[in-house]
Amino acid sequence: MSGHIVPLKVYYTVFALLIGLTGLTTWVASVNLDAPWNTVVALAIAVCKATLVILFFMHVKYSSNLTRIAVVAGFFWLAILLTFTLSDILTRGWIHESSAWQTSSLESPR
Amino acid sequence: MHRTGELYGQYRTLEQQRETASLGMWIFLSTEVLFFAGLFMTYTLYRSTYPDIFAEASKSINLTLGAVNTVVLISSSLTMAMGVWAAQVGKRKLIVLFLIATLVLGSVFLGIKAVEYHEKFVEHHVPGLDFNFEPGADTGTNAHAQLFFSLYFGMTGLHALHMIIGAGLLIWLIKEAMRGRFSPTYNTPVENVGLYWHFVDIVWIFLFPLLYLIGGIH
Repeated sequence: MSGHIVPLKVYYTVFALLIGLTGLTTWVASVNLDAPWNTVVALAIAVCKATLVILFFMHVKYSSNLTRIAVVAGFFWLAILLTFTLSDILTRGWIHESSAWQTSSLESPR
Repeated sequence: MHRTGELYGQYRTLEQQRETASLGMWIFLSTEVLFFAGLFMTYTLYRSTYPDIFAEASKSINLTLGAVNTVVLISSSLTMAMGVWAAQVGKRKLIVLFLIATLVLGSVFLGIKAVEYHEKFVEHHVPGLDFNFEPGADTGTNAHAQLFFSLYFGMTGLHALHMIIGAGLLIWLIKEAMRGRFSPTYNTPVENVGLYWHFVDIVWIFLFPLLYLIGGIH
């Protein structure tokens, strides 16, 4: 039982796209976009590349829903980690501390 | 485990049996996501706290080598996927060929990483080894730059460790493939090592922009 056999042309196309996206992200880094956008674009391109690898090289496009749940689970947990930790970090300094000894020891982002 | 691809008692069909192996590998890979997540979170925290220092430090690591390594690793994923394909269509010699190609590309990646690490060592950018990012700058700058480099070595080092493990798996796989163990009926180990290898590639796909492209191109 070999499972779904992906045609080689699909692999070649995905490969070309991955190389192209690598070139794109490197080029975009040389363009000075406003503050958060460089990072947003870089991450968006990285997510596209990762999605291509997961769907086609790792055959998830041709896998069962059970497998897909396992795939999503790890990344969903990562999203929880990032979201909740950032919600802590980025809101430091929002509440004015009344006495000095209550101020958090980690300096808040400017 | 069975090496012939025959149906075992607890499975209803061969398709289910094959999928179970893949599912097990994916559950392991999800734990690997959790593993790397800690470092990515740390990176997110400190980069958002010291964005300018991180950008400056990022400019000092070799962008060209990083980009070349990205292409090398993506190519190795292609050869790995083609190795799985060769097993699925029963082309035994091609399996060995593609697996060796993957191993070679992975070794090239590690070699380039060694060159990069050496560069950093010579420039005194290795935390703990006579670290000095900006001679004469205030201690804050050096301390914050050290955060970037700690993360650089920590994340790429952990990634490189995974590559070395992957290389070991590939050596074993090549040995088995040369013995003719893989066929359209049984190629689970090739597929699962493939999943592992692609995952390590995905980690690098995120590491490259986050470590090398912060400061823009110089």
